[in-house]
Amino acid sequence: MSNSTVMDSKTAWGGNNVSPYGAGYGKLMMWFFLISDALTFTGFLSAYGFYRHYYSSIWPSAENVFTHFPFMHGNHPLLYVALMTFILIMSSVTMVLAVEAGHRMDKKGVTLWLGLTLIGGAIFLGSQAWEWYHFIHGTELGAIELGKGYFTLPDGTVESTKGIIARWTDDSKQVLLLPWREIAGDVTSPYIQLSGQALTDALATGKEIHGANLTHNEYGHPLFGDFFFFITGFHGTHVFSGVVINFIVFVNVIMGTYQKRGHYEMVEKVGLYWHFVDLVWVFVFTFFYLV
Amino acid sequence: MEHSHDHHTPEPYKYAVHHSEEEGKKVRRVIWNMFWVLLAITTVEVTLGLIWKNIGISWGAVKMTFIILTIAKAYYIVAYYMHLKHEVKAFKNTIIVPFVLFALYLLYHIITEGVYSEMMEKWLY
Repeated sequence: MSNSTVMDSKTAWGGNNVSPYGAGYGKLMMWFFLISDALTFTGFLSAYGFYRHYYSSIWPSAENVFTHFPFMHGNHPLLYVALMTFILIMSSVTMVLAVEAGHRMDKKGVTLWLGLTLIGGAIFLGSQAWEWYHFIHGTELGAIELGKGYFTLPDGTVESTKGIIARWTDDSKQVLLLPWREIAGDVTSPYIQLSGQALTDALATGKEIHGANLTHNEYGHPLFGDFFFFITGFHGTHVFSGVVINFIVFVNVIMGTYQKRGHYEMVEKVGLYWHFVDLVWVFVFTFFYLV
Repeated sequence: MEHSHDHHTPEPYKYAVHHSEEEGKKVRRVIWNMFWVLLAITTVEVTLGLIWKNIGISWGAVKMTFIILTIAKAYYIVAYYMHLKHEVKAFKNTIIVPFVLFALYLLYHIITEGVYSEMMEKWLY
């Protein structure tokens, strides 16, 4: 019995009140959770990268897909997603300011900045819903998903057309453009044009599609839609749960729970989660919209 | 390294580090500086994405620029907003090393096992 140790359950680590990490248990565990979550997103984004290059010639370019901007007509590539990125960065700033106010035991400051973070998160979620709506509904012109058939490439090889997305050159619907698969990796890959009899044949076996779902995609390969829904959807789920958790902590802040407790470590912990959500978006923004 | 709680002298465990009004001012200055850095990087990214075709740089160079800028942005968020820069050394290593190792491992497998995709496509269609 002489070498038994009495552990104080109130301290996080035992060991004489000394932590090898100089941080609370909850904070460290939040970090561990974030590592595993980050690896999930790493898996998604590397799978996306692989298929994006594998089907590069029929992969849609995001700047041709997400061109809408609320209350504005015409073509505005990247503008809307840039705004969404700005909103999320801004909400990260308000979150870190809430953490800073917590270090000064400034209850009013924490309430203000955490409240603004909540608003930023809600705006971001709304923006995402808006973008999904436009992607799902697509354009009025639509595209033709080709059925069984073949076309000859300029180098003499024959390609199957099944599942290839052909786009109209313009509203007159006289000429269809087919991406030429062999020039993979080159964003300026040439197109094959279908008109006259070839166009009639293509329309007979093809299917008109508008927008995107899990099996069809007006803008190009269906996997683009799958990855878009899955990755931005998984990220959006994180934003949503982040907003919910922030809201619970926000209510606690107002009720004075942390003021009584003597520290605002809980704000710091949810802050870490919130910054992580922003961090993931930084990568989604680059690999989905820019590259 | 020069930080006061280096890993040689473990400090008594505290839940949350409180700081004074004066220190708070300094912290807030860093926060806003980082905001401008993040905003500037994002603006450069979007502008480059819109104009790269008109200024005659190769797509490969643009892509590499995007990736480098993204990693820079990630560094600033993790180091300053998530405060990892000012944690003790053991803490930093516990977070960064496993993540980087597993991320590289994932990428390695995607690159090496990806050769089977072509084969799979032929079986499927």
